[in-house]
Amino acid sequence: MIEFDHVHKRFGEHVVIDDLSLRVEDGEFFVLVGPSGSGKSTLLRTVNRLVHIDAGSVRIDGTDVATQDVETLRRGIGYAIQSVGLFPHRTVGENIATVPRLLGWSRADIDARVQELLVLLKLDEPGIADRYPDTLSGGQQQRVGVARALAARPRIVLMDEPFGALDPVTRESLQASLKSIQRDTATTILFVTHDMDEAFGLGHRVALMLDGTVAQVGTPLELIRHPVNERVREFVGGSRARLRELAVRRVRDSMRQGEVADGDAVEGGASLQDALGAMLTQGRDRLPVHEGGQPAGAILLADLVASRG
Amino acid sequence: MKAIAAPLLLVALLLVLPHSAPWFHAWMPTLSHPLYARTSFLALTLSHLWLVALATLVAVAVGLTLGVLATRPAGRSLLPTVRAIAVIGQTFPPVAVLAIAVPLLGFGAAPTLLALALYGVLPVLGQTVAGLDNVSPAALHAADGMGYGRWRKLWDVELPLAAGPIMAGVRLSAIVGVGTATIGSAVGATTLGSPIVEGLVGNNTAYVVQGALLVGALALSIDGLLGSVERRIRRNRR
Repeated sequence: MIEFDHVHKRFGEHVVIDDLSLRVEDGEFFVLVGPSGSGKSTLLRTVNRLVHIDAGSVRIDGTDVATQDVETLRRGIGYAIQSVGLFPHRTVGENIATVPRLLGWSRADIDARVQELLVLLKLDEPGIADRYPDTLSGGQQQRVGVARALAARPRIVLMDEPFGALDPVTRESLQASLKSIQRDTATTILFVTHDMDEAFGLGHRVALMLDGTVAQVGTPLELIRHPVNERVREFVGGSRARLRELAVRRVRDSMRQGEVADGDAVEGGASLQDALGAMLTQGRDRLPVHEGGQPAGAILLADLVASRG
Repeated sequence: MKAIAAPLLLVALLLVLPHSAPWFHAWMPTLSHPLYARTSFLALTLSHLWLVALATLVAVAVGLTLGVLATRPAGRSLLPTVRAIAVIGQTFPPVAVLAIAVPLLGFGAAPTLLALALYGVLPVLGQTVAGLDNVSPAALHAADGMGYGRWRKLWDVELPLAAGPIMAGVRLSAIVGVGTATIGSAVGATTLGSPIVEGLVGNNTAYVVQGALLVGALALSIDGLLGSVERRIRRNRR
């Protein structure tokens, strides 16, 4: 659990974080989203004390981070950044092993963990562990960056726009990897992005930050359906908010059980956006839904247009 | 291949020069002693090399230490001063350093060593500061975020990533040293400058040629060897 308690931070005259309080639960995928200069990266860095706050406190499981030894604190928290920051003179394997090595793990434990992470992050080209970062693609480098952040099995991982510099296809593939890793390990992830679609796609809860404060915090659907004010509505997407909603909701929650339809089936776990795409592609207004390969019902275009739940 | 060409030339010169009296006699028939024989060429070369190695070692120790200190947060304010001192050291002509050092340290190798070491500091210092300043900010930020301590970060991340430029400074320092060491013979140090100085004083061009050939070959050898070390270091440290 991470608690921000009346946090203030200013750079000179400029107030970057203005009396901000927020609570991130254990095992939560929590996204800070907002425009440039909203203070989201600064807030993230107060957790591992790369930024020192002027007032208030940041607590992890009730302990103020300011009272902990800074190196011990940082070694216990995963950290991944947009520019990746891999060490160019170290191989992929050595880069991933950075924090375990700082923590003094045994050679055997480190090797085993590196192998495990290479598989987990789909870095499965033979010999990749012995290559140097500049021989990798941008997407592979960021996979190594994420593997490095996860290496010592931290309970909390901080990620600062880690996929911001990647092309859309690579980004989606990494988002999917991260989402499933988070689900399987129940790691608490605090994730910063300025991309609203990324925020809604990844976060259990999302905090929209504007001018150093939290404008609204809630699940993606709460922000889409019940923006607290005009500015939030604007950032959530105005008329495009409904499209975002389709991306957030699952087919199985809107399907008509037991009904049948013609056409290629969509999976129950797919998003309504995927279903809409399939309807457009197939030129149909209703499609069959499968759960684990078995027919389970049908999804109707009319329900997508009409439904708000 | 390039790296071993110069050392091969040096070895060949050391083997051939002691037997080259007839050639120099044929070239300059008026000279009664066409071959420098006071000390063997091998002994001169080793003594020269030893002096340069010792001076470069001192220069690296001083330059690296100052460069590291001047790039720490606490030492940043010292950087202009450190640079200024090093530049002043460089603008002093070597002969002037020798002239000042001789009354203090006497004749021989000691004043030469002092002059060479002073001369060698600036390239090492300059390259250390430049190398450390150019380490990828993203790598440093990541290192901080993952919990590196200040000195461990210096040792594990900063110095390895700055090693290429630092090695270039070491190479430059050694090359300047090989050239400058010849002047040391003017104050009694035994170097490859001995035949050159004696040749100039005694109007014996053959001595000058013999000394100059060996100094040239030695400088090229060291440049080639240290250059190949530098390239190896730089390979994976972009």
